[in-house]
Amino acid sequence: MPDATGLELLAKELRESEGVEAILGTLHFRGRATLEVKPRNIRAVLARLRERGYTSMMSVHGVDYYPHEPRLGVHYELLDMSKVDRVTVMLRVPTEAPEVDSVTHAGPDGPGWPTADHQEREVYDMFGVEFSGHPDMRRILMPEDYEGHPQRRDFPVGGEPVIFTHSEHESSGVRR
Amino acid sequence: MTVTEKQMSDYRRREESITLSQVEQSTEATHEELLTLNFGPHHPATHGVLRLLVTLQGEVVRSIKPVIGYVHTGIEKTAEDKAYWKVIPVVERMDYLSYYFNAMAYCGAVETLAEVEVPKRAQYLRVIHLELNRIASHLIWLGTSALDLGAVSIFLYCLRERELVLDLFEMSSGARMHTRYFQVGGVMEDIPVGFAEKVREFTKVMPARADQYGAILNANQIVLQRLRGTCPLDADTLLGLGVTGPLLRAAGNPWDLRKAAPYSSYDDFDFKIPVGTVGDNYDRFAVRVAEIYESVKIIDQALDGLPEGPHITTDRKVALPPRHELATSMEALIHHFKLVTEGFRVPPGEVYYPIESPRGELACFVRSDGSSKPARVHMRDPSFVNLQALSHMAEGSYIADMIATLAMLDPILGGIDR
Repeated sequence: MPDATGLELLAKELRESEGVEAILGTLHFRGRATLEVKPRNIRAVLARLRERGYTSMMSVHGVDYYPHEPRLGVHYELLDMSKVDRVTVMLRVPTEAPEVDSVTHAGPDGPGWPTADHQEREVYDMFGVEFSGHPDMRRILMPEDYEGHPQRRDFPVGGEPVIFTHSEHESSGVRR
Repeated sequence: MTVTEKQMSDYRRREESITLSQVEQSTEATHEELLTLNFGPHHPATHGVLRLLVTLQGEVVRSIKPVIGYVHTGIEKTAEDKAYWKVIPVVERMDYLSYYFNAMAYCGAVETLAEVEVPKRAQYLRVIHLELNRIASHLIWLGTSALDLGAVSIFLYCLRERELVLDLFEMSSGARMHTRYFQVGGVMEDIPVGFAEKVREFTKVMPARADQYGAILNANQIVLQRLRGTCPLDADTLLGLGVTGPLLRAAGNPWDLRKAAPYSSYDDFDFKIPVGTVGDNYDRFAVRVAEIYESVKIIDQALDGLPEGPHITTDRKVALPPRHELATSMEALIHHFKLVTEGFRVPPGEVYYPIESPRGELACFVRSDGSSKPARVHMRDPSFVNLQALSHMAEGSYIADMIATLAMLDPILGGIDR
């Protein structure tokens, strides 16, 4: 992990190349360096970080910051294998317009990150963040006709009736 | 004497009248035609409930689309509804062959958040159990993979040795699988008397048994022909797809978090990282078998150097007080009550804690909002990410090689679907 100073230097460099408003903030907590970026700068920032040596994307995952706004967060965990260094890039989008550019495919700003394919689908499935430009934006873990995004904090736990043999006739769509 | 038209039986006459040209032509045409085949989710060669939509041209695989989610049980959601220490049993059930690793990733993340120091003895005990678990996981992989390749007897041998490991788990924790042995701050109990000797017996016998597996499989022409040179993939493509663990090491990249970013005192031990050269199925097989020997070495060293001291942190805010204190100490009783009812609170923040599981980088992301329940628990499961490489490996090869590749990929559907 870059230390707190290294992180600030990294943020400064990115602000110089991508514009001051691209980097919303930095956080150094328990040895984890996090850069918060503006959602529309995500591809460019990741491309700059790739040039800096962070060539592997180890994980993409979602977080719901309920009750704070904007609620939905997406984290990209980058890794530099030669320096054994990690940096986290995160962005936040509101639930009303949860749109982020997909990073799976190559674009004018450099090659894509194919590993994000399944993981972006999982974030879409669980949190409802839509990744524009993703080649196959469908649910991945939940059934295709499922309604709602179960990992959101306001989604109830155990809100679904379970069909057992004794309660089969009470459930809709089951006829004996 | 030639048979005339009249002398021929009715059957023979009809047989002669059939022109085969049409039939032959149509078989040729099917080689050009694409056939989409549904493979799984209940096929034994999918190692769980994985469904693959495979498009075939003759016997050649043209495209693979994995369909997953059949054992999605919402463990990450369940975890948000439980106190920190009650999450351990549910995350253990994700990747059901490497339960100690799931617990380690989760406990490590919570320890980092709460800044809990783990005693050296607990770290060594963790390493012993992690490496035993790695061997058990690799044994199941080896047995079932060999079964897919038609070698039945090796499965029985592998399960025989795995029983020894499960017996050891039972001895130290009381349970054979999903042991809940790792706790936040250390391990549940110190190892019982005689455990170390039992482990020594196992580490003595295991390398010889692994030699025997090698002797069976490396002399098996069928196994070798199905593994050597089939479905290779280079390290750069694998890295782009996020693949880690034995699959990446088989392609020649020696990335192993136990060496690169040691956790739980792994830097105290002397071991090697097996790497492959071409990254075909044989390398994937050979790397994993070689890892069994290295794990044995680590276990022996951890037993030799096992330090004295507490097996769990003495911070009473996080770990339960010893049972005997409850009868004499009011403070211990209060701590016990508080931990069992509400659980401990963790300072707000987010951490990402990666470890090296038998399948690659297993990382746990935990977000705390300051309460006694995690606000988000996410497992970066290596099987889930590695599965994306299957189509890149197996497209353009024969369907039989796809089965071998899937076996060498070692996907655990409990981990993929979570």
